Amino acid sequence: MTSTTAKISVQGVTKTFALGRDTFTALDDLSLDIADNEFVTVVGPSGCGKSTLLNILAGLEEPTAGLALVDGVPVSGPGPERGVIFQQYALFPWLTVRQNVEFGLRTAGVPKAERRRRAEHFIALVGLEQFADALPKTLSGGMRQRCAIARAYAVDPSILLMDEPFGALDALTRVKLQEQLLDTWSKDKRTVLFITHDVDEAVFLANRVIVMAARPGRVYDVIDVSWTTARDERFRLSPEFAALRNRVWHSVYHQDGPTAAPQPSTTI
Amino acid sequence: MSVLDKRGAGRRDPVPETTPGTSTDSGAVNAAERAPRRSRAGRRGLPLVLNAVSIALGIAIWWALASAGFKLPTPPEVVARARTLIDNGTLGKDVVASLTRVLIGFALGTAVAIPVGFLMGWYAVLRGLIEPWIQFFRTIPPLAIIPLAVVVMGIDETPKIFVIFLAAFLACVISTFQGVVSVDRTLISAARVLGAKDMTIFVRVVVPASTPFILVGMRVGLGSAWATLVAAELVAAQQGLGYRMQNAELYYDLPTIFVGLISIGILGLLMDRILLLAERRLTAWQERR
Ligand SMILES: Nc1ncnc2c1ncn2[C@@H]1O[C@H](COP(=O)(O)OP(=O)(O)O)[C@@H](O)[C@H]1O
Ligand SMILES: [Mg+2]
Repeated sequence: MTSTTAKISVQGVTKTFALGRDTFTALDDLSLDIADNEFVTVVGPSGCGKSTLLNILAGLEEPTAGLALVDGVPVSGPGPERGVIFQQYALFPWLTVRQNVEFGLRTAGVPKAERRRRAEHFIALVGLEQFADALPKTLSGGMRQRCAIARAYAVDPSILLMDEPFGALDALTRVKLQEQLLDTWSKDKRTVLFITHDVDEAVFLANRVIVMAARPGRVYDVIDVSWTTARDERFRLSPEFAALRNRVWHSVYHQDGPTAAPQPSTTI
Repeated sequence: MSVLDKRGAGRRDPVPETTPGTSTDSGAVNAAERAPRRSRAGRRGLPLVLNAVSIALGIAIWWALASAGFKLPTPPEVVARARTLIDNGTLGKDVVASLTRVLIGFALGTAVAIPVGFLMGWYAVLRGLIEPWIQFFRTIPPLAIIPLAVVVMGIDETPKIFVIFLAAFLACVISTFQGVVSVDRTLISAARVLGAKDMTIFVRVVVPASTPFILVGMRVGLGSAWATLVAAELVAAQQGLGYRMQNAELYYDLPTIFVGLISIGILGLLMDRILLLAERRLTAWQERR
């Protein structure tokens, strides 16, 4: 495995959870490289270990075996170069939008004035200027997720790990946030690992779609998305998009016997 | 409790039944339901009128029963006695004596309960060490501690304050602990990926997230403290509302007993309202469904 050029390199990662006296294999010998500034989406059936993979990269969980490398260095705990965006927003409900966005800057010891300035910038980037002093409970789901994105961006991570960030939103809001995310990403490139269970979303956003299979969790298929011009409605409605969508769909929903890896006996 | 069951289940061993009676439960439910902010001035008027009607009705029934020959003092008798007791300073002194005990006991109980509750929630080892004792003492009514407290601590203020302390401590420590173990794991993860270390997570996530639980615990604790007061003042007190009632009992002095009861009720209600107000202030960020 050549990982010298990869921004993120997952090498033979296995993760098992104790389940009573048994163990449950959530990830089985999973390998995967992601290049710098690449936008990778991961799609797969529920329970195939997508979140587990993301948590390992985030440093929130440790692999049972194998290595997760970021910039060639094994992950040990969370780090400021990796921003995480959770499906359930995970905003601190007692803090205002601004205070939420400043949270990471505060822990990093950024002085107050600078904190303010950076928070303002990222709040404006996600269009929440008018709600800077609002509490999360007063925001809609889409606004909360934008706030969470601003909070992650504020610490200026070179990697964004996003776990079904738009999964809880309605279709219209989701499409809007997808476009905003791509817009932000194309202006200010970062390496993104974006988890979703939505095939359209996976294709629309990605340079590369990774399809996972469940029981045990592993990479089932990798599909390159080589659409070089702007990702907008035209892409969404193009025959190329339809073809890719078709391909990914089949990979996700028709994961049948022959290609699947052998089931370990301990799997439940 | 329900919040806790949902989250606690996956990540730790099941949370033990730690609710003092059902009072914490109802307190927590109240806290969740109470302030959907929809009570505008207009809608608020009706319940107030109903409350006033209910109180007037209660007094009327009391009066009727007293006149019908039940062994009760009439409201005017009680008011007259209250006036006498206020004028000769007895009631004032009793109230001060009782309030002092309750407030000292309650303040000490809370001040110890909150850090202990946090430590129990944060460190599984401490929880394992402390919890059996809390569960044990919870099953003993404070009244039953009094003989021991008197023998060990003498008959001055110490044993009285001690039992009130114990009552407040037990109620508050349990809900603080529940608050800590039910902090949303995702919030802790979010703080960690934003670079927070244990101490920061504790101060900036666990403490604020537990505040609603702590405040409910404080209210329950204040209730227990106040309830324990009368029992505590049976211990050779020279002053205090409980003592006054106990003393009145010797002389079949029902009006004085009534004045004592009503004073205890009103003071308890006032203190509860003050805490409720604080609670609403401090937990305004909570989403209420
Ligand atoms: N802490 C845990 N303990 C036990 N099993 C877990 C734990 N976390 C995840 N799992 C199991 O691992 C599998 C993969 O979970 P997850 O990564 O959350 O899947 P996905 O995000 O793809 O839906 C699931 O079957 C889940 O039940
Ligand atoms: Mg998941």
